[in-house]
Amino acid sequence: MATVLQAPTAALEPIGSPAAEPQPRPVTGKRKRWRPVKDQSKFEAQLDPAFAAEIAAEVEDGDLLHRCIQCGTCSSVCPVSAYMDLTPRRLIAMTRAGARDDVLHSMTPWVCVSCYACTVECPKRIPITEIMHAMRRISLREKTYPRRFTTPVMTKEFVDMIEDRGRSTESWISMKLYLKTNPALLLKNAGLATRLFRQGRIGVKRASIRRRKDLRTLLKAVSS
Amino acid sequence: MLEHELTPRPPAPNGGPRIGVYVCHCGLNIAGKVDIEQVVTFASTLPDVAVARDYKFMCSDPGQELIEQDLRDGLVNRVVVASCSPLMHEATFRRATQEGGQSPFYFQMASIREHVSWVTADGEDATGKAKALVAAAVRRVALHEYLEPRKAEVQPDIMVVGGGIAGIHAALVMADAGKHVYLVERESTIGGHMAKFDKTFPTLDCAACILTPKMSQVRSHPNITLWTYSDVVGVEGFTGDFTVRVRHRPRYVKEELCTGCLECIEKCIHKQGKFEDEWNEGLSKRKPIYIPFPQATPPVVVVDPEACIWFKTGKCPQTCIDACERDAFDFEQTETFDEVKVGAIVLATGFKTFQAERMPEYGYGLYPNVYTSLEVERLLNAAGPTGGEVVLRDGSEPKVVGIIHCVGSRDAKHNLWCSKVCCMYSLKLAHMVKERTGAEVYNFYIDMRTPGKGYEEFYDKILREGVHMVRGRVAGVTDEAASPEEEGHLVIRAEDTLIGSVRRIPVDMVILAVGITPQPDAQDVRRMFNISCGGEGFFTERHPKLAPVSTFTDGVFLAGACQGPKDIPDTVAQAGAAAAEVLAMVDRGFVMLEANTAHIEDELCSGCKTCVGLCPFSAIAFDEERKRASVNEVVCKGCGVCVAACPSGAAQQHLFTDEEIFAEIEGVLAYV
Amino acid sequence: MSARAVSTRYAYFPGCSADGVGRAFTESLYAVFEHLGYGLDELEDWNCCGATAWPSVDQDQAHALSARNLALAEDRAPGADPVDVLASCTGCYRALLKAQEALGTAGPTQVKLGRALAAIGLDSEGRARVRHPVDILLNEIGLDRIRQAVVRPLTGVKVASYYGCQLIRPFSTFDDQYDPTSMDRLVEALGAEPVDWPLKTRCCGGSCYCGGPVIGAMPEATMQLSYALLREAAKRGADVIVSICPLCQFNLEGFQDRMAKRFGHPVDMPSGFITQLMGIAMGIDEKRLGIHRLLRWRLPVAPAPEPAAVGAPAAEEGGGDA
Repeated sequence: MATVLQAPTAALEPIGSPAAEPQPRPVTGKRKRWRPVKDQSKFEAQLDPAFAAEIAAEVEDGDLLHRCIQCGTCSSVCPVSAYMDLTPRRLIAMTRAGARDDVLHSMTPWVCVSCYACTVECPKRIPITEIMHAMRRISLREKTYPRRFTTPVMTKEFVDMIEDRGRSTESWISMKLYLKTNPALLLKNAGLATRLFRQGRIGVKRASIRRRKDLRTLLKAVSS
Repeated sequence: MLEHELTPRPPAPNGGPRIGVYVCHCGLNIAGKVDIEQVVTFASTLPDVAVARDYKFMCSDPGQELIEQDLRDGLVNRVVVASCSPLMHEATFRRATQEGGQSPFYFQMASIREHVSWVTADGEDATGKAKALVAAAVRRVALHEYLEPRKAEVQPDIMVVGGGIAGIHAALVMADAGKHVYLVERESTIGGHMAKFDKTFPTLDCAACILTPKMSQVRSHPNITLWTYSDVVGVEGFTGDFTVRVRHRPRYVKEELCTGCLECIEKCIHKQGKFEDEWNEGLSKRKPIYIPFPQATPPVVVVDPEACIWFKTGKCPQTCIDACERDAFDFEQTETFDEVKVGAIVLATGFKTFQAERMPEYGYGLYPNVYTSLEVERLLNAAGPTGGEVVLRDGSEPKVVGIIHCVGSRDAKHNLWCSKVCCMYSLKLAHMVKERTGAEVYNFYIDMRTPGKGYEEFYDKILREGVHMVRGRVAGVTDEAASPEEEGHLVIRAEDTLIGSVRRIPVDMVILAVGITPQPDAQDVRRMFNISCGGEGFFTERHPKLAPVSTFTDGVFLAGACQGPKDIPDTVAQAGAAAAEVLAMVDRGFVMLEANTAHIEDELCSGCKTCVGLCPFSAIAFDEERKRASVNEVVCKGCGVCVAACPSGAAQQHLFTDEEIFAEIEGVLAYV
Repeated sequence: MSARAVSTRYAYFPGCSADGVGRAFTESLYAVFEHLGYGLDELEDWNCCGATAWPSVDQDQAHALSARNLALAEDRAPGADPVDVLASCTGCYRALLKAQEALGTAGPTQVKLGRALAAIGLDSEGRARVRHPVDILLNEIGLDRIRQAVVRPLTGVKVASYYGCQLIRPFSTFDDQYDPTSMDRLVEALGAEPVDWPLKTRCCGGSCYCGGPVIGAMPEATMQLSYALLREAAKRGADVIVSICPLCQFNLEGFQDRMAKRFGHPVDMPSGFITQLMGIAMGIDEKRLGIHRLLRWRLPVAPAPEPAAVGAPAAEEGGGDA
């Protein structure tokens, strides 16, 4: 369906006053907080040479990460890479270098939205999204995840709820999340929540499957 | 065709085989593991063994002298050397046998290095195995038949297929050596891709200036027959004696009369060009009668029958004919064919650039101002569609240009290889675009590959000129504007990996550095010439390191990008190398043929044709009348597939007869 | 598509947001399918597919959760034929597809899953095929049938189809990963005009609970991403934007006033589900389509008056958010 695109024809209204624009921060010359001066080099003793293999083992086709040429396509196509402390490409490089500590404490796997754009675009077919999931798993196990960040908190709540009832109830999860991470947001979003409730999009009844025990059996059986 | 008779072996002086066994120490390689003395003593007890010796290095001159002397003295008439592997020294010892006055095929090698001392842990086991292998070789060599090395004559003429810089250079070298060369080119002009470029890296030499003298030389060279607008439609024959059928497509103009004055084009009833101009990569239109570019060689116009009104409707005043002062038109022309005999063929069929439409994320074909590098070369070329001006589709000059490297290359979804030239030509384009338009130029690359002579210095020059280098592979080109300054521009989003941040750079023009791919008909061509292609589609050389210009088909050579991506200096070097190897073959005047060829016993052949299709070298012919297969022993490479497949045992192989093989097996089993 | 008897009832996997934020999607999906003569049977005792949260904890368990659903579907449809399981939420669609692949590929995962299913008395022969409703509408029900059912052609309505992420990544079983057109073709069949825009598959920022301004993980990111989508659609002349993911649809509709304030430009783009649009064109009662559940909805052109009995009121204006 590729057709030669015309430039947008509708008269373009100005997007708005520059001050309110989602522009990158301009260069100001204003003094910022300076970073501490310290030795940041990495000694071999701080690096874990087995880390890359550990990650690769967790993921199907994970050994492909050794073939990364650091091209940066993943970071480029990622819709949220601008918000990550370590871009996906850099995360893979640090994984290969064995910087286990930095990688497992990074926000990046938790900022990832699992859109799979990186996986589709990677010229070496590295399963990057799955690698992010693997890093989440390890960071949950070792408790290196960012404590009050919504995503890992939500993950744990979600998993608990499913283990218990087999289905999740959006309203209950949201409630728990607000309480655990940022109660003030509850107030901010109260209006929206009320509207949704009135329109029948927030159910209060707890969803559940009938054979709850089956689920627990299933989960135990697959892990044993 | 060369005849070969199988003469019975000359009678040995006292009537039977007298075998000499020579066991090599190979320094400590063999002697360190195998008990040489035991092996020698053992060998002397074997039947028909007249002499058993050992020496430190059999392959050395004194070592070979041992063999030669024994042969000359009449002590032995067959030779077994127990040493390294046949791949290493079979040729050496066969030569020594021949020097000693005996047929080189009365020789057998026992590999007690690669097969014994290098792979067996225990010394006793090793010695035992060495003895068994020597026994096997002895039993076998006693049965060897008398064979003579054979030669076939080589035809003196040579054909070069492809008239790009590779074909041109190879043809000139061989023609200068006094050989008659046929240069066959599919397009209506020689010159290939190089004729489309403006300047070449790293010297920024004008491509046409360095190429056209060579093209002109080709045209006027007394030893070169230049056939353009022609292609090869059939190849038969074998090394040294190929019969090639060439088709000449009709231009509807008599080549020998046309002077290239171009008046006919001017006078064509089409006032302007209407048809896509392939030479200009579709950036301009041409008339049905055209010449690709003013310096086309030969300078003869072409009429495109798909576009010409005369061919489509029969109603045209044909002002072109009137315009021609030399009466060179002939609208009745048809295809003609030529069949020539040549001794060697050089394939220089070149490459194709990667089709950028295959990567929709880069917007080629979707956004008007996304160009391929080849299109931009035409823009830059003074003889191109814009007279050398770099402009956008609407005629305005770009203020910001983005050049994207590695389009289609280094990508598991398209081509895994690196196309070798794109980094350099992207730097060249950066320089030229900046020079012509003053625009800001951004190059987006993964690695900067500048390995040749003067290449890194060229990169340095470009850096000094202020071209912006962003190390990051571009995921996509979009016209979505995320901020006011991006409105109306194409936006390139890439992670600048060296600073660790994602950048969005609005540009006016995007240039895609498309990679080098094999020609789309590479498979058809390789089948016609009986060579192979690698998995990626480039022609396969005989050995990637040591034999880059020859193929597994003797007499067919490769030059240029058809064998793999390369730049112009390497292409010319390779073309020269191919020419040299061709000259070596043609000047020698003969080729040596395999002795252990297969042959078919007429009485045993049942005419089942199993062998015919199996032969990888197409060496087996089938006589439909007599219903018998026969092997062309000149083409046969002795692979043995037909011998193994023949259900009636009619296909047999010199030096690999059933008796010889069974004797070898028995030798091993008796002593192991 | 394989040639087999056309089934008029499909096993349906609703997912956890079916009667939550995505309630309108479920309702309109049922309505449209039934109107076209196809039934949806909710998979009895289905459990959560694991979404993207569970793989963050344990990949094998995540597969097992989805596998249970596939095994249940096979159980309900005895025989040897493949069983289609429709999953409308794209997160569920992807998770179930992954499980389908794991069940169908020989290896240690397949063995583990087989064992786990056996422990609860189920097994899978790999017959379950996970399909998306858009796939079914386009390829099984067919555009001709849909065109026939249109009584109120949406002439002049310019529709931007938003595909989101997990419908076509990483698996693209029925559409192109870079330039999908399945929803656009459905839109065309309704008489409306599909808008060609470059962000059809750019993430909206709200995948599967892991983000989104409501929950607050990265409000800035999600707002930027969803705003970019709305603005680009508006620029290309779209009157409405339709999606197939409950979270995408909500992200697009729920924060337009906040976006207007943050980015200084009025944002007013109706956001709904493709099935709702289809339902309107087919003359189905808007209550059944869940139109009243949307926060921001209107059609620019009142569709042509429908024949006889239905008598639904003209499309109502949606309101702003809090």
